[in-house]
Amino acid sequence: MNYELNKSAILRLADGTEYRGFSFGYPRSTTGEMVFCTAMTGYPESLTDPSYCGQILVATHPMMGNYGVPDDERDAYGLSRHFESDHIQCAALVATDYSACYSHADARRSLGEWLSGERIPALCGIDTRALAKKLRDEGAMTGTIVFDDSPVAPPVHDDCLVARVSTKQIQEYGHGRPKVLLVDCGVKNNILRLLLERGVSVRRVPWDYDFTHDDYDGLFISNGPGDPAACIPTIQHLRAALADDRPIMGICLGNQLLALAAGARTYKMKFGHRGHNQTVRQPGTHRCFVTAQNHGYAVDPATLPDDWECLFENLNDGTNEGIRHKQKPFFSTQFHPEASSGPVDTMGLFDQFIEKMKEV
Amino acid sequence: MEKDFGKRILLLGSGALKIGQSGEFDYSGSQALKALHDEHRYTILINPNVATVQTTEGMADAIYYLPITPEYVEQVIQKEHPDAIMLAFGGQTALNCGIELHQRGILDKYGIRVLGTPVSAIMQTEDREQFASLMHQIGVKTPKSVAVGSVSEALEAVRVTGYPVIVRAAYALGGLGSGFCTNDDELTALASSALAYSPQILVEESLKGWKEIEYEVVRDGYDNCITVCNMENFDPLGIHTGESIVVAPSQTLTDHEYHLLRRIAIHIVRHVGIVGECNVQYALDPHSDDYRVIEVNARLSRSSALASKATGYPLAAVAAKLGLGYGLDELPNAVTRVTTACFEPALDYVVCKLPRWDLGKFTGVSRQIGSSMKSVGEVMAIGRTFEEAIQKGMRMVGQGMHGFVGNALDIPDLDGELRNPTDKRLPAIELAFDRGYTVEQLHDMTKIDRWFLCRLHNIHRTKLRLTACTGLDDLDAPLLRRAKEQGFSDHQIAKLALQGDTTMSPHAKADSVRARRKALGIVPVIKQIDTLAGEVPAQTNYLYVTYHGTENDIAPERDGRTVVVLGSGAYRIGSSVEFDWCCVAAMQKIRSLGYRATMINYNPETVSTDYDACDRLFFEELTLERVLDICDAEAPRGVIPWAGGQIPNNLALLLNERGVPILGTPAACIDMAEDRQKFSALCDRLGIAQPRWKQLTSLADIDRFADEVGFPLLIRPSYVLSGAAMRVVTNRAELESALATAAAVSADHPVVVTEFLERAKEVEIDAVAQEGRMVCYAISEHVEFAGVHSGDATVVFPAQKIYCETLRQMKRTARKLAEGLHVTGPFNIQFLAKDNRLKVIECNLRASRSFPFVSKMTRHNFISTATEAVLGSTLTPVHGAFEEMDRVGVKASQFSFTRLLRADPVLGVDMASTGEVACMGDNFYEALLKSMLSVGHRVPRKEKGVLLSSGPAKEKVELLEAAQLLARSGYRLFATGGTADFLAAHGVETVRLHWPDSTQRPCVIDYLKAGEIDLVVNIPKNHTPRELENGYQIRRTAIDYNVPLITNARLAAAYIQAFCGIGCN
Repeated sequence: MNYELNKSAILRLADGTEYRGFSFGYPRSTTGEMVFCTAMTGYPESLTDPSYCGQILVATHPMMGNYGVPDDERDAYGLSRHFESDHIQCAALVATDYSACYSHADARRSLGEWLSGERIPALCGIDTRALAKKLRDEGAMTGTIVFDDSPVAPPVHDDCLVARVSTKQIQEYGHGRPKVLLVDCGVKNNILRLLLERGVSVRRVPWDYDFTHDDYDGLFISNGPGDPAACIPTIQHLRAALADDRPIMGICLGNQLLALAAGARTYKMKFGHRGHNQTVRQPGTHRCFVTAQNHGYAVDPATLPDDWECLFENLNDGTNEGIRHKQKPFFSTQFHPEASSGPVDTMGLFDQFIEKMKEV
Repeated sequence: MEKDFGKRILLLGSGALKIGQSGEFDYSGSQALKALHDEHRYTILINPNVATVQTTEGMADAIYYLPITPEYVEQVIQKEHPDAIMLAFGGQTALNCGIELHQRGILDKYGIRVLGTPVSAIMQTEDREQFASLMHQIGVKTPKSVAVGSVSEALEAVRVTGYPVIVRAAYALGGLGSGFCTNDDELTALASSALAYSPQILVEESLKGWKEIEYEVVRDGYDNCITVCNMENFDPLGIHTGESIVVAPSQTLTDHEYHLLRRIAIHIVRHVGIVGECNVQYALDPHSDDYRVIEVNARLSRSSALASKATGYPLAAVAAKLGLGYGLDELPNAVTRVTTACFEPALDYVVCKLPRWDLGKFTGVSRQIGSSMKSVGEVMAIGRTFEEAIQKGMRMVGQGMHGFVGNALDIPDLDGELRNPTDKRLPAIELAFDRGYTVEQLHDMTKIDRWFLCRLHNIHRTKLRLTACTGLDDLDAPLLRRAKEQGFSDHQIAKLALQGDTTMSPHAKADSVRARRKALGIVPVIKQIDTLAGEVPAQTNYLYVTYHGTENDIAPERDGRTVVVLGSGAYRIGSSVEFDWCCVAAMQKIRSLGYRATMINYNPETVSTDYDACDRLFFEELTLERVLDICDAEAPRGVIPWAGGQIPNNLALLLNERGVPILGTPAACIDMAEDRQKFSALCDRLGIAQPRWKQLTSLADIDRFADEVGFPLLIRPSYVLSGAAMRVVTNRAELESALATAAAVSADHPVVVTEFLERAKEVEIDAVAQEGRMVCYAISEHVEFAGVHSGDATVVFPAQKIYCETLRQMKRTARKLAEGLHVTGPFNIQFLAKDNRLKVIECNLRASRSFPFVSKMTRHNFISTATEAVLGSTLTPVHGAFEEMDRVGVKASQFSFTRLLRADPVLGVDMASTGEVACMGDNFYEALLKSMLSVGHRVPRKEKGVLLSSGPAKEKVELLEAAQLLARSGYRLFATGGTADFLAAHGVETVRLHWPDSTQRPCVIDYLKAGEIDLVVNIPKNHTPRELENGYQIRRTAIDYNVPLITNARLAAAYIQAFCGIGCN
């Protein structure tokens, strides 16, 4: 616990459990879905990951903020070098211990300063292991951070979080070929960067944009927050694209949307997968990969139509980790090959996508 | 993949514990053997280390206590016909032996397959030049480095790298012979001594000040590759990782840096072709993401043992199974049992490893820490913040520290200490905070990352708030909670906050803090280490205690079936793996008797801290406070303080006074045996003789006592932080100099002075009693006369050369003491025997160092018996002392003087050895020879020679027969002045070599440096400074040039008899 922090607040869960913590972010009451992440590094990346939109992130790694927060530098494509989107996406952060002191050559401010600047509440001094175990045993639930002097707003019921995080207008990147049409459901900067680094051009379109008549060589469905079934227009457009033969790659929400478009079903998991240590395996082989994950919904592989198959399965709980079409160049992963944050072992999948576009 | 090879598997152990290669290999070998046993393999183990768990009957199907050399391994191969061998579990010793077996074609000759990483891959990682070019092929950066074979080439190489450079010896463990050089003179000196160890040395660019990061990587035969753990050194590069404080997981690395290094580690491991476990060490530039790979260990290492304990991932067991052909995805996660071993542990806590040095035990040794390892043990502390972990860790080290703050330590040259660290590095940082140094200043001086310094500064700030308190009432709940979360002990809080109180004893103060915080509801919680940060329920009870929490992970078991075993703590000189063996043996028996075995220990090198060795493992401090916390929670049937050696034994009385039941000898009797005065009174009452002694407080008193009993005397100054300097003095001048080097004699610092019997035999009895009745015992005998610490002595079992009368007296005395002290459990008595008269010098009411030795030699587990004695029904005494055994066992000591730059490699009343071995034979000489070869002796080659430099006249006589035998056997003999004259007078011709300080030639030092001598027998005289200095030069040169050295005449004579008689080649 950091004892310089003397402003306390309560974290109240939907089941009535309360935890008292100390504020190291913006002192504002807030409500969100409680999720825990077991990653040991990468808070600048995680906090700005649009897939966490609206969620209260519980870090099981006990000390947060050790290496501070860097400047918002941009790369050659105009993408943020250190952050996955333009601002912090999660509703709040909960930690065991906050490190007000930080140390790194790139650090320009503390984690607390960054959170405060973005008006994001954060609490430390909370037994996040106890909290994670509770979420594990009882499933994801809503939580509210209550500051005495800040009223609790009634929860906003957001049917489609994707609409909140998706780009509002079409953006073009690069001039190379092949041309990728990227459906932005809350895309992480590193997905864009990995595509662009492979020499393609990217047309980034809003989640509900009708791309069916656009000219492109490959379709990319990004990650994003919330229930995939809520993305009805995306699923409809995708279904049309499946009639075509141009390559499709999806990540995370993109995996779920592809499955829904193909006719399979998705479901909400008890507490999801969030961390850097989830292992996936190619069915029927011994080939395994350690992956970064962040999802609360999954594809039910039993509902996949006959011309689709499981591409990866979770080694631990057997849940679906990716699908592919048996004939056509369509595939997607539930995990995050773009990493950032997390292990980079499956980045080669981007190369496979590019190759498939070149083959067609 | 094929999984049915390796029906009969030979596993090589690591031999005796030494600096750089310690208990971690008992952990790795034991885990591997258990894993192979699970797979129904027939296992054959070669390891002369008798104190280890792995050499316990039942751990392997066949166990050979033999030297780990190609010759002996081949003998075992001929007998056992293994079809496979594992080389990765016995440290550098096993690896080097494996490479030699491969190079000599022995493995091919017998069709033996190497399981795990192929030998060719191992060899690529061992030869630095080959390794660098291998890395270059795949674009991985290694330090700029030039391999050279001579001093002149080394000087040439600096033109490529520039100064400063680091010099390293290839094929050497733990950085042996390596160091930093900033100019030609330093380089010349270091290169010539390093070249004595290795034909090839490396001159490398220095990356001083870079971060040092390690990854533990595992790869299976399907090319699946994971990193189990990464670790960050608190100390910057330049300080050997074995000398550094190490933190896991890394704390100051960004995700980008973490995964950059992770990706490279995996790339390397795939390219090299590792199957099993591999350690990759990096230097990382703190100002960019530039890096260098500085080391790759293609085997289990000290770091992998640490990573195993830090994460709960059983690296050695997994590596063993991968060697059999399993894929990672086919092996279960041993903690959750529902997930697989193919994952990377997520930690929701932080661990700190701290080294333990014993440099105070050695004369002349440099205390600076650097690129060569000197520490003898380590501790691992677990907390949820760095502050909590480091403060626990500093107490665990067991050298009188109360934590980071609250130690009154004087550091005369603070700035020098900060710039050139010694074993006092952490207290120096605290002292600097006291003197107002800023984090920034300290970072400039130490190059320690600012984050670590800031977190230490947090502790310092809390100290200031505690010292501002004027009494217990000022300790409010927020301050107490903050202090406890930062790892302050009750004792430490009491010391800082109640310093004005003169009415209470330190223990009473700590008790009052404890009572107050409990009243305020400030109590710790018990958390599990589960490998997955809570994501999946854990099925094992690998536990730690923290104040950062609101709920326990486990429900305490308060059914009275819990038996708490207190572990051995950090390995140190005098207390090592032998006590871990005792703990493991006790726990096995506890479980077999239907009780729940709970272990408390914090040593990551141990088997007792494997979570399958017990029912509940608290990886925690062995302090009164923490043991009470655990007993408060678990309400055990009792605590066993006698298995882990002196550290837990010291807690017995304190625990008992606070209502904790002790299983064993009553605490008051333990105290009676520990307290000199009380023990002497008991001996007088029982009519047992002791050497005369007195506790004295002035020099005049000591003089009077000296007049009464005469010199020599054994002087034992009162406890000082650096380790008491015990020594024998033969006259008044020596007495004065001995007292000047220790604390002055005073009422506050009394000195214990004991009569010292010259040329007395030392004999020991290890025994178990139940309610004062002895139920089994074993009697052993030292080869050396008394005066060599029993931990350094060469011990023979059963005793071969003592009178029946002495035996009888020993038994009788042991029975009397067992009865008089109401002993239940193990005990050990050391005696002096001279002219058929017996005197007791020590009685320990606990397991002793020799319990594993006598248990394994007799095949009667004394610790099992002791455990039954304290828990079970009435035992029937075992008849006899195993004198009738048809084998002889000899236990020999391993010294690590090569590591301890400038230390005088001489033996005395204070212990200096770091490990031991024991081998068996049909007779004493056979067993002795095997034992000596196991601790690094080589039978001298006849074309080389033996140097005799034999000190006092009696020792010269002692060695005469051996010298004659050497001459008859055709050895070239060299001798220094007096010895040469003496031998010539008795018909033994020698080449006369002059003393180191002589200008005459030939000089002994030149011969040693030239490699003309294969064995040095140098008996110190303890006389004039000139002789002392000359003797020191000879001994030290022998050590520095890797020439075997013996400094005791009786041992030398026996050893010479052994190798001349057996003529082993």
